Amino acid sequence: MPLPDESRIVITGIGLTAPNGNSLTEYRENLLAGKSGVVPFETRYMPPTVAGVCDFEVTRHQKRKEARRGTRAGQVAVYCANEAVVDSQLDWENTAKNRVGVYLGITEHGNVETENEIYEITQFDYDTKVWSHHHNPRTVANNPAGEVTINMKITGPHLTVGAACAAGNAGFIQGVQMLRLNEVDVAICGGVSESIHTFGIFASFQSQGALAKHDDPTQACRPFDVNRNGIVVAEGGGICTLERLSDAKARGARIYGEIVGYGMNSDATDFVLPSAERQAECLELALGRANLTASDIDIVSSHATATEMGDIQEAKALHTVFGDRESLAINNTKSFIGHAMGAAGALELLGNLPAFEDRVAHATINLTDPDPNIALKQLVANEPRELPKVDYILNNSFGMLGINSVLIVKRYEA
Amino acid sequence: MNEEQIRLVILDILDKIAPDEDLTDLDDSQPFRDQMELDSMDFLDIVMELRKRYRVQIPEEDYQNLVTMDSTVTYLLPLLKDVESPA
Repeated sequence: MPLPDESRIVITGIGLTAPNGNSLTEYRENLLAGKSGVVPFETRYMPPTVAGVCDFEVTRHQKRKEARRGTRAGQVAVYCANEAVVDSQLDWENTAKNRVGVYLGITEHGNVETENEIYEITQFDYDTKVWSHHHNPRTVANNPAGEVTINMKITGPHLTVGAACAAGNAGFIQGVQMLRLNEVDVAICGGVSESIHTFGIFASFQSQGALAKHDDPTQACRPFDVNRNGIVVAEGGGICTLERLSDAKARGARIYGEIVGYGMNSDATDFVLPSAERQAECLELALGRANLTASDIDIVSSHATATEMGDIQEAKALHTVFGDRESLAINNTKSFIGHAMGAAGALELLGNLPAFEDRVAHATINLTDPDPNIALKQLVANEPRELPKVDYILNNSFGMLGINSVLIVKRYEA
Repeated sequence: MNEEQIRLVILDILDKIAPDEDLTDLDDSQPFRDQMELDSMDFLDIVMELRKRYRVQIPEEDYQNLVTMDSTVTYLLPLLKDVESPA
């Protein structure tokens, strides 16, 4: 039996900043044009490296003082949340702010600010009297979501969802659940990342042998390619306004798509190594919740980060669920922007949504020598692919400690 | 530093912690807080900047001296008289 409109959750506004675009239009154009956003990058203590860096206009929605007091994750979140609300054409002035919830996925938070303060006290012979009084409000785990509420005068609930690199999907899922529980009328949700500003994330991936390097930064991120050599760290944000279909219809909102299924589960095996078996179960969980079968899905937005184990395990999970059906398109957005951590799942989904209209799956770039251990015939390599239909997009997002998330979005037909 | 040099240092700090404010018409005899958006965290930023730049430790009981530009300069003058002006 179909769900009533009050339980159907739709995407009505999108705000994003990615290393290759500060709006959905610009981002989509660059994904279709094969344009990377990965650039040379220098960070404290580390040799020169590469990263996905955003150049959105911080002061478009934030005073300079507000930006200075807060965090980079807060800047990203405030920009994306405001852009999403503007895009939604909600009558924001007359929206009940106590019925708006903010749910933002994060991979980590506080490392950037803590490293900065430690660096600062080293300049003063470790005198803790120069440790900033801003440190605690900057590093509390709800910081990016809280900054959005202060900036936009939202008095409903806010929280961040700590879900490693599954966080983008997890933010959307939290929004869907809160709308269905009637806790809020508008959910501002998705994921954000400031991770390029902590040297620790680069250093840790380097020590793990999982930090990408390439003479040409735009070729550094190579998911599914035999010459991949690790992760490109990126910053960014992807935030949507979600509403119940009944509310969206009542105000004549533009609807980007309907979130019809989701799944989250845990590997329960290892701190870093993924489990293809659990990932496949998570895919089935999402398909089941959406009352779909694998044959219904048109585009799979893969999570692959360009690490050998991660790529191979995800490919196994996808092959288990989808087999060799060639009408399916599997792409990978990290190849363009790197791994945007807490924002990754959100940005990777949002970059695919315009396919509901143009029926084009953007490519996985830098896939010149496919790994022979990866038996995926459906990878969209290097050039976009036109599809006969795009009704369902499935988005994978997985993270450390074995956290898996899958989201399925359906093309909306009025 | 002399009084005018200390005043310029304070203006520089205010400009850093309140970058959206226009400080050109600041009245030195009136409280900062009556003329600009300045909350307790911003006020602590003034104290922190003085600590970082000149190693000046201002005890909490002396914060009342940092209400106006005039009172701030008067308070800081003996503490900074042997410090070279940054300008």
